[in-house]
Amino acid sequence: MTDILTWFLEPISHGFMSRALVATLISASVCALLSCWLVQIGWSLMGDAVSHAVFPGVVFAHLIGVPFALGAFIFGAGAVGLIGALQSRTTLKSDTTIGVVFTSLFALGIAVNSVFPSQVDLNHILFGNILGVGVNDLLLVAVVGVLCGGILLLKRRDLTLFAFDPVQAHTLGIPVRRLRFLLLLVLALVVVITLQTVGIILVVAMLIIPGATALLVSGRMARILPIAVLSALVSSTVGVYAAYYLNASVGGVVVLTQAALFMLALLVGPRGGLSPTHLRSRRAAHTSRLGAAQTMDA
Amino acid sequence: MSAAGGPAASAAVNPAASADTGLAAISVRDLHVSYGSVIALSGVNLELPAGSIVGLVGMNGSGKSTLFSALIGTIPGARGTVRILGRESARARAENLVAFVPQTEVIDRDFPISVREVVMLGRYGRLGFTRRPRAADHAAVKAALARVGLTELAERPIGALSGGQRKRAFVARGIVQDARVLLLDEPFGGVDATSQALIIRVLKELRDEGRSLLVATHDLAGIPDLCDEVLLLNRRVLFHGDPATALLPENLALTFGVAP
Repeated sequence: MTDILTWFLEPISHGFMSRALVATLISASVCALLSCWLVQIGWSLMGDAVSHAVFPGVVFAHLIGVPFALGAFIFGAGAVGLIGALQSRTTLKSDTTIGVVFTSLFALGIAVNSVFPSQVDLNHILFGNILGVGVNDLLLVAVVGVLCGGILLLKRRDLTLFAFDPVQAHTLGIPVRRLRFLLLLVLALVVVITLQTVGIILVVAMLIIPGATALLVSGRMARILPIAVLSALVSSTVGVYAAYYLNASVGGVVVLTQAALFMLALLVGPRGGLSPTHLRSRRAAHTSRLGAAQTMDA
Repeated sequence: MSAAGGPAASAAVNPAASADTGLAAISVRDLHVSYGSVIALSGVNLELPAGSIVGLVGMNGSGKSTLFSALIGTIPGARGTVRILGRESARARAENLVAFVPQTEVIDRDFPISVREVVMLGRYGRLGFTRRPRAADHAAVKAALARVGLTELAERPIGALSGGQRKRAFVARGIVQDARVLLLDEPFGGVDATSQALIIRVLKELRDEGRSLLVATHDLAGIPDLCDEVLLLNRRVLFHGDPATALLPENLALTFGVAP
């Protein structure tokens, strides 16, 4: 018993490890919460875009000596604005505009970083620098994380309405554009605080997989949100302990664990593709749609 | 073109509509909408009386859905003026005056939301910052669910309903909003006979409560029973008046683009 306790307590007796754990728990939870709406609106790629777009922001921030989070946020929010502008002013499809903007910005980061190579460790941005989370970094993660999580929870009903039926939101006099802006702002902030723990490549996974997993488990938003957060908490803990005991990459193990939970939900979740109940209800829905079509013909 | 015949059905205006007296439910002046080079609506003028059911008839692509979008203000490039009970569209929305029942085919059937939760969305305009429903809102949802015969199915996911049941759920959402003006886009499309009869009954009740309804429909046979007036549309208003005249062969030919 004490052995198990020691196994759990030893890593967090080190300051850098306990900071790493708390930072990962917070950032992964807020990502998970956000993912619940992103996957339903069809904005999974938006997380990809913002995370890559912050890269040049981090590089520039190092170059001119301002906090990396500031540069990251400016570029993240800028990318969102740019994508929005392209979508409203051209006839291009949204995945195309997203693809153009984020790869261009990512290339800008790569190019600038290659010209001034000593300024910043590319690996830390791409894959995170979890063991380098200082007290100030943790403070930033905590403040921004709690703020974003709080906003998402307080506005969860509006966000769900926005995801489900934006026209209804508009008809009710609810400012849809403001909701959209709020969600994208939170997305940019969440990417910034998740950068340090898992890096920009794997943020994307954390903004998609927990929400996708929860959707396979429950058909009710009230349950989907806690399930997604729970999966994030479990995978963060596994990731940080794996980093300590196996010297594994935190981001890698966190996302792998999330993927494993996704597989589990797929196999045994009530709405997973492979569970018997799900297959039954799919068949039933199919039959009733056929029935409805026949009624229409009659 | 004409708003021929004018509002013929003054007899249908219910006394209960006194709150809206003197105001047109919907008033549109010189509305133009185009998508790129495609003209969707051109020079539309409308004056729909309060407290009646107006049927909106036209081919697919005749601009019915565009007209609804213009009425609820989701088309940024629309030119012309739209008034709902004398208010600008934005003001009317803010005052919860207008409810919209969409074509349910556009709704994401896999969305994790129950029938009861969908109906509750109609209350959101009346709720506070976090949209937490109160006892009165739960009561309104319960009553509306009973009215459309979905009480038993309230906890089902919206995607598990049949087409007709889903329409009824969205009609219930329009009911709980307690709006003075209801816009319904094809409430009878793909609907079984039971659901259609139920929806028709509810729409008439709403009219008799003094509310104003604009209903897009393909069910020409049902029009004389349901509608007080009919609007024939093909990018512009071809006819506006009593159902019997609207259904004359020459008017239908005009609307559906075939020789009489």
